[in-house]
Amino acid sequence: MLQVNDLHVTVEGKEILKGLTLTINAGEVHAIMGPNGAGKSTLSAVIAGKDGYEVTQGSITFEGQDVLEMEIEERAQAGLLLGFQYPVEIPGVKNIYLLKSALNAQRVARGEGEMPAPEFMKLVKEKLGFMKMDASFLQRAVNEGFSGGEKKRNEILQMLVLQPKLAMLDEIDSGLDIDAMKVVADGVNSLRAEERAILLVTHYQRLLDYIVPDKVHVLVDGRIVKTGDAELAKELEANGYEGIEESVA
Amino acid sequence: MASEEMEQLVRREYKDGFVTDIESDTLPPGLDENTIAFISKKKGEPEWMLEWRLDAYRQWLKMEEPSWAHLNYPPINYQEISYYSAPKRPEDRPQSLDEVDPKLLETYEKLGIPLHERAALAGVAVDAVFDSVSVATTFKKELAEAGVIFCSISEAIRDYPDLIKQYLGTVVPVADNYFAALNSAVFTDGSFVFVPEGVKCPMELSTYFRINAANTGQFERTLVICEDRAQVSYLEGCTAPMRDENQLHAAVVELVALDDAYIKYSTVQNWYPGDEEGKGGIYNFVTKRGDCRGERSRISWTQVETGSAITWKYPSCMLRGKDSIGEFYSVAVTNGRQQADTGTKMIHIGEGTRSYIVAKGISAGKSDQSYRGLVKIGPRAKGARNFTQCDSLLIGDKCGAHTFPYQEIGNSTATIEHEATTSKIGEDQLFYCQSRGISEEDAVSMIVNGFCKDVFQELPMEFAVEAEALLNVTLEGAVG
Repeated sequence: MLQVNDLHVTVEGKEILKGLTLTINAGEVHAIMGPNGAGKSTLSAVIAGKDGYEVTQGSITFEGQDVLEMEIEERAQAGLLLGFQYPVEIPGVKNIYLLKSALNAQRVARGEGEMPAPEFMKLVKEKLGFMKMDASFLQRAVNEGFSGGEKKRNEILQMLVLQPKLAMLDEIDSGLDIDAMKVVADGVNSLRAEERAILLVTHYQRLLDYIVPDKVHVLVDGRIVKTGDAELAKELEANGYEGIEESVA
Repeated sequence: MASEEMEQLVRREYKDGFVTDIESDTLPPGLDENTIAFISKKKGEPEWMLEWRLDAYRQWLKMEEPSWAHLNYPPINYQEISYYSAPKRPEDRPQSLDEVDPKLLETYEKLGIPLHERAALAGVAVDAVFDSVSVATTFKKELAEAGVIFCSISEAIRDYPDLIKQYLGTVVPVADNYFAALNSAVFTDGSFVFVPEGVKCPMELSTYFRINAANTGQFERTLVICEDRAQVSYLEGCTAPMRDENQLHAAVVELVALDDAYIKYSTVQNWYPGDEEGKGGIYNFVTKRGDCRGERSRISWTQVETGSAITWKYPSCMLRGKDSIGEFYSVAVTNGRQQADTGTKMIHIGEGTRSYIVAKGISAGKSDQSYRGLVKIGPRAKGARNFTQCDSLLIGDKCGAHTFPYQEIGNSTATIEHEATTSKIGEDQLFYCQSRGISEEDAVSMIVNGFCKDVFQELPMEFAVEAEALLNVTLEGAVG
């Protein structure tokens, strides 16, 4: 589904990713772990198309399409969706309005036409319930005055409504208490499907107790230095990243 | 020549009699007392009205064009302007929509203006006119039954001279400022609204007005009066782009609210802003003032300003009556080479008066925009309160936004709050929306509309929707 090949990325003249290669197949859940500054968030940002990241070498393809040639919104319309670590506030824009605009933009781009309003409301209410969110969320401005946990839930809510093919979640566990983490993890787990892949970027192993990945990659200094299964995450928890760095060196 | 001599000469010319041919439809460029006499006669005005105009004109001659605004435009030659031209005859107008500039029609389409109104707005002579005549007649009947007077200012001068004498120029005195004096001398169009004691106007005076919007003139004069406990909501202007061969516009609007009266005055202004270099755009110098004369009276200004090359406009409230309320909600959008210096004045005179200001400025392209607001608390305005919120949003890096707040506090019991923000349209906000699959253009419009929401929700419903569409059209191509 997603192939990242020998990816080199610089930010403000500094090389952050230094030849990263990664393949994700449909139905798989991948976790990328690594110390701060290793380039974890850079990877998902580059895939989503954020400005300020210069790809100097390598390629990213998604279902055979050259992702780097696509506009930001085209990537989302193709089924790539990024859940943010720090979602921005958009004053005055209702959450439900963003959801509806996003869903319909994607549907129209895929030639499906807009979803009728009653059907949309039914869908959103169902997903809200799943995320244990109150209906009043929909009427609030996007992320405005949301607590950290509310913002993260809201990101997952968008995933549930938009149903991407590849869901990328950047540090979705940061700043969550244990109850909120469970709700978020339930949301993510409900996304698991044969036709869908999930890419988790996380600093801590804790999240992976709730969302058990098929593959764990360790990202150190711009490269994936080790790949394993869920056990690898536990190892990291016990020994820290230093152990890995040493074994690689 | 000394100004006194000049004045005498001018007066003498006037005394020589009305030499201008009253039958002609358009005056040649130029302004003197004959011009004013011609206009007054053309409008069938009584002698006292002519005197009123001449008084304004003589004061105007002694005044100087203000230069304090943050605006930059070549000097205006007032002798090069024609001050009267009759409306186009039906045979000179386009006969059907096929003859109208397709670009204009495309904009109507984007704005979602109902089909039957497009022809009227484009100035088409035929079928649309029946429509509006019949609709207008229905409205007139309903208003008359309620006792509301709603007519052109010229009709009012002829038919309701006592009301005009009592109120005209009492809120904006003839020599209030340079442009108001000019307007007082030469105004040719405008509306008059009178809502008698205890009457709530049965409809928003907008639907009617829209149909007649094509007749909006160069020097408009509007007077709205609400007697005790009367209420009216009035909407002027139009979201459709308005072209006009006359570059200079100087309107005056006066509102009078007596005890417990409420006037809500909404404006959507979309005059031609000029080409990309700003050439040919309208200069809009407007004086709008509301007088909360009565106790607990309330005047609310809501404006969406998107057009004109130059905007100079400060809708204000004189809060005289005890516990009266003044409100100002404004969205001003500038793009291309537009310049706007706009804001409000809240003059607290009476005890317990309150004012509320929400101003949102959006600058894009190479435009420049200033908010200028005065909050003045007089010595007798015990316990007066003001809240001001003033936000600027910049799109791109070639535009400018400035804020000039003035506060004059003459009473220690007053409470004043001022909040101001300036932000660039966030790259992060755009990325967030786009990464959900929303195009950049739609994302900009979503963010900008969100920014303006506090003001849009003050607009009458149908216009709020159009105002949003208008914003999108105005900002098309502003990013990227």
